[in-house]
Amino acid sequence: MYLPDFEYFTPDSVEEACQLLSKYGPKAMAIAGGTDIVVKMKKEVLAPEILVSIGHLPELKKIEYVPGKGVVIGAGVTHNEVQNSKILQEKYLSVCEAAHQMANNQVRNLGTIGGNISNAVPSADMPPILIALDTTVKIVGSKKERTLPLEDVFKGPNQTVLEHDELITEFVIPDGSFTGSTYLKFGLRASGALAVVGVAASVQMDGGVIKDARIVLGAVSPVPLRAKEAENLLKGKQASEELFEEAGVIASGECRPISDIRASAEYRRDMVRVFTRRALLKAVNEGHV
Amino acid sequence: MAEFVVGEDGIKRYLVSITVNGIKYTKVVKANSLLVNFLREDLNLTGTKRACEQGDCGACTVLLDGKPVNSCMVLTVSVDGREVTTVEGLASNDKLDILQEKFIEHSAPQCGFCAPGILMSAKALLMKNPNPTEYEVREAIAGNLCRCTGYVHYVEAILDAAAASQERKDGKNG
Ligand SMILES: Cc1cc2nc3c(=O)[nH]c(=O)nc-3n(C[C@H](O)[C@H](O)[C@H](O)COP(=O)(O)OP(=O)(O)OC[C@H]3O[C@@H](n4cnc5c(N)ncnc54)[C@H](O)[C@@H]3O)c2cc1C
Ligand code: FES
Ligand code: FES
Repeated sequence: MYLPDFEYFTPDSVEEACQLLSKYGPKAMAIAGGTDIVVKMKKEVLAPEILVSIGHLPELKKIEYVPGKGVVIGAGVTHNEVQNSKILQEKYLSVCEAAHQMANNQVRNLGTIGGNISNAVPSADMPPILIALDTTVKIVGSKKERTLPLEDVFKGPNQTVLEHDELITEFVIPDGSFTGSTYLKFGLRASGALAVVGVAASVQMDGGVIKDARIVLGAVSPVPLRAKEAENLLKGKQASEELFEEAGVIASGECRPISDIRASAEYRRDMVRVFTRRALLKAVNEGHV
Repeated sequence: MAEFVVGEDGIKRYLVSITVNGIKYTKVVKANSLLVNFLREDLNLTGTKRACEQGDCGACTVLLDGKPVNSCMVLTVSVDGREVTTVEGLASNDKLDILQEKFIEHSAPQCGFCAPGILMSAKALLMKNPNPTEYEVREAIAGNLCRCTGYVHYVEAILDAAAASQERKDGKNG
């Protein structure tokens, strides 16, 4: 498989990258790790005439803790860099665990967190856990900058609210009050398989009582989905396996799965029930965020 | 911004300088050149294999700045100024790497098509973690598909290579 001809730009900054995207319009696209876009170009799903490299930009490579703000993760950070980050291991181990469940080692060394979000595939592994932790996204364009909750970034399969000249520059996982979180991926193999169902859960416990909770479902609707009715059921209640089973049943009613080569819609629905229950149990019992 | 020339066909070509197995190559490539093709066709390093061409099989695994990546998804222009190690870079002075020795000793490969990729994944593992568990070995080569073997001899050979290099090191120190 060969790629068609295109031009390649290596800007020195995010600002220059946005200007290039603005100048050349829709025929230009950003490339970070290339693990989605290069494959799509090979399959002729995309045919950009210009690629603007952003994966090399140092300003997109940071992972830092800013007191009062939270953990800031640059969009150009690779999945293995997320997995191995001491800061994240200490503060949000569940994010490292989600990154570790992606793809395989070779792909994790190339693919970036910004690319995973921007590509906006319903089965993507990073959105559920990041949404469950109330992550916000900084978006920079050639003319303006804005910050959005990650939850509001997705419009549909392969579609985000990003405008043509805009790039995601960083994610902020805010200092929160969650006491536990987790992401469970159910794929057909342990490695290199996309999620049939992915469930992230985060909880804020007060003794045995659930003060607040998030349940975010991947691969079972056009965009990552908050199971809000199930979340509401949990609030103020004593944690128990029966309660989590009930939340699972509600969540499986909230999702909108499709049938495809990996699984039927019915099966996905039932797995949402099972994995929601397990994710809640794990988030409550394991005691790390 | 990478330097480029525009050819008679109107297509831009970029000047890249890439260190492969310790040798620095300065070449002119088109933007659509993939690292796997650059290695195989421009440098004649055909040890790196090409199979699925979409990141699934790991036959094209090389080390980029010491980390295993699928060279079928990497644009050659993006590797400008960086270091690549291919399977040809494992042996030194005609002496095989311990992993290669152990692959032979354990008859790890059958057809051998996946072997260069597995060698590179295993090499990256042992550089980072000289004393891996079986689980860690299996995980490190999970991105390398082998359609002949059941991975059993590969896993044993890698564990044996790790043990043997530990022994050699201890021997030297003691
Ligand atoms: C074999 C294989 C297995 C995989 N397994 C998984 C898996 O298990 N789970 C999973 O979730 N994904 C998986 N993927 C998909 C992919 O690896 C990830 O989505 C990866 O994170 C994409 O990041 P990238 O940097 O490679 O993106 P690129 O391919 O560089 O870019 C993807 C898209 O995002 C845009 N983009 C990139 N960065 C930005 C930014 N900062 N701002 C705005 N737009 C941007 C690009 O223009 C492009 O349209 C797999 C891919 C392969 C090849
Ligand atoms: S040829 Fe590159 S991963 Fe299969
Ligand atoms: S030995 Fe034939 S593919 Fe692995």
